[in-house]
Amino acid sequence: MSKRVGIPRALFYYHYFPLWKTFFEELGAEIIVSGNTTKKIMDEGSKTCVDEACLPIKIFFGHVIEIKDKVDYLFIPRFTSVSKGEYICPKFGGLPDMIRNTLPGLPEIIDVDVDLWKGGSNPLISAFEVGGYFTGDRRKILKAYNKAMESFREFRLEVKKGILPEDILNKKLRVIKKSDGPRLNIAVIGHSYNIYDSYVNMDMVNKLKNNGVNILTIDMVDSSVIKEKVKTLSKKMFWNYGTRAIGSALHFLDREDIDGIIYLMSFGCGIDSFVGDLIERRVRRKKDLPFIVLTIDEHSGEAGMDTRIEAFIDMIRWRNKGESNVSAHG
Amino acid sequence: MKVTFPHMGNTFITAKALLDDIGLEYIIPPYNNKRTLEIGTKYAPEMACIPLKINLGNYIQAYELGADTILITGGRGPCRFGYYCEMSREILADANYDMDVITIDGPNGDIKKFLEKIKKLSGGFNIYKILRVIKNTTIVAKRVDELEKLTFKIRPRELKKGTTDKVYKDFLNKVKNVKGSGEILKLIEETEKKLLEIEIDKDFVPLRVGIVGEIYTTIDPFANFYIESRLGNMGIEVDRAVTVSGWIIEHMLKNILPVKKDIQYKEAAKPYLGRMIGGHAQETIGNTVLYAKKGYDGIIQIYPLTCMPEIVAQSILPSIEKDYDIPILTLIIDEMTGEAGYMTRIEAFVDLLNKRRERVENGKNIALSWS
Repeated sequence: MSKRVGIPRALFYYHYFPLWKTFFEELGAEIIVSGNTTKKIMDEGSKTCVDEACLPIKIFFGHVIEIKDKVDYLFIPRFTSVSKGEYICPKFGGLPDMIRNTLPGLPEIIDVDVDLWKGGSNPLISAFEVGGYFTGDRRKILKAYNKAMESFREFRLEVKKGILPEDILNKKLRVIKKSDGPRLNIAVIGHSYNIYDSYVNMDMVNKLKNNGVNILTIDMVDSSVIKEKVKTLSKKMFWNYGTRAIGSALHFLDREDIDGIIYLMSFGCGIDSFVGDLIERRVRRKKDLPFIVLTIDEHSGEAGMDTRIEAFIDMIRWRNKGESNVSAHG
Repeated sequence: MKVTFPHMGNTFITAKALLDDIGLEYIIPPYNNKRTLEIGTKYAPEMACIPLKINLGNYIQAYELGADTILITGGRGPCRFGYYCEMSREILADANYDMDVITIDGPNGDIKKFLEKIKKLSGGFNIYKILRVIKNTTIVAKRVDELEKLTFKIRPRELKKGTTDKVYKDFLNKVKNVKGSGEILKLIEETEKKLLEIEIDKDFVPLRVGIVGEIYTTIDPFANFYIESRLGNMGIEVDRAVTVSGWIIEHMLKNILPVKKDIQYKEAAKPYLGRMIGGHAQETIGNTVLYAKKGYDGIIQIYPLTCMPEIVAQSILPSIEKDYDIPILTLIIDEMTGEAGYMTRIEAFVDLLNKRRERVENGKNIALSWS
């Protein structure tokens, strides 16, 4: 019987799932992914996780709880760095330890180190370590790795074309309501696990789309563009997400066809607190572009979120309709 | 050029020694106070951690006294502290405070400019002078920490409560007015003598509590509501493994010099957290284990709200609590922390430690009256 590997549908799932899926399936393992985020998952997660953690981490805990009894292995890689000279949030680096020391009755955790901080580090080493759980044949692992990288690249290409990862991963076709006014281009900046998990952001993506908005995310901006843009920073950002977010924001600022920027942040996110602030300062300094920060946590009320999104879109439409029409009473 | 720097507990003494010896003009910001935090909270991003807010308050208060250049250490992540310099630069610029931010941060050109500036101001100096200054500064940092550690030992044992605090406060007031590492060291020696003269109860065996957590909130007494002095006055001997001198020696000097780093805490943390994840998470875990092994009665973890590395540490601490049977209290600080609630928690924790000791002394099987 093939071994079952559990992958929580949270955090880096939205970034790396095609890679993980191909890799494990090539090695003959069966993959079990937890379901879409629900209220139950969120509640279970916030109940077990330390209060101070951010919402995405709590949700991750919830997903782990959902699948932990159904699998032989839990795949929780220890991500320290995914690109040269850049880190990711410290919580990712301690994630397997957080899970292990909080939840009882866990299956074996595959907590391979992924640390590409030093130049010349090879992710293949991590792949061999994971593959070792399933086969002793290194050639087979290498083949699986290459195939996995290929499907990952395909996935990234699709995303760059402007298809949201959520649609690719769930293989769904969106039915978009026809909306009146002309279509707007709005950039949504935020962590992939916040933007693409429609329960967490209270279906923000669909709400925007139904209001006639084209969504652009930082995953759709080419890395060479980002690299060029962040050269203007006086100190290199040492977070991978931070670099991509600021680079993309600067890119969106230079484009003429962007009508507004939404920054989606989770309450208590350390990186968002700095990156969001830096982006806001740059937007305010450079251009008269509508900008809004939406903060989500496990208490967010959907009505409040809806009101803010609607008001933001209305404001943009009014601006576009009659910019010179200044109201007499202020 | 009038240099200033952020406060962090007694770091200002070390910084003062350094700048005195180099011969730069500088302004020490007013000691951290309520207004410092209010200014910082006004300008910093809402979700930033409290050290940034206090730092910003320091800069602006120093600006009001005439400072125009900020000296701060940098870092390369993943802890947010590494980007403090950039955040401060942007925030101060937007708030119309015209200040230069100089980061002492690896070789990225910044330091070269700074050294050139110093050279111009102090009338040229050579490599021997620099080395001597670094050596003297390190000694000052070490001695200040030793003095602080001495107060930890004397405070719970003193016969007349409040004597240690008085002597130490006197030292902090005087140290601002002496100049150069030589005079500072002399003052430290005098204070040390005074501390040793305090009458103490030699037979008293105090409870021992280890303080772990994020460096700023554990070291800075304003940020942690003077926890070390308060615990001391409750008759508890505290210890804190993370110190300013330790940080200078381990993180700055040993990065350059070919000396072996202190890895005791890393070894101790291994079963729980095997890797550096940024900030002081590994120190927190490792030192907690070390304190538990040394027979301490309790551990207090302190960190600023939203601190990423310490959240990881906090989720791991319950395992150590269970494995070593040692009570751990976590205190989280932000600008809204109320002193009364904070103190109640500390007092309850101390009561718990006292009861545990009584239980051991009276034999294990005592039953509570209501159980």
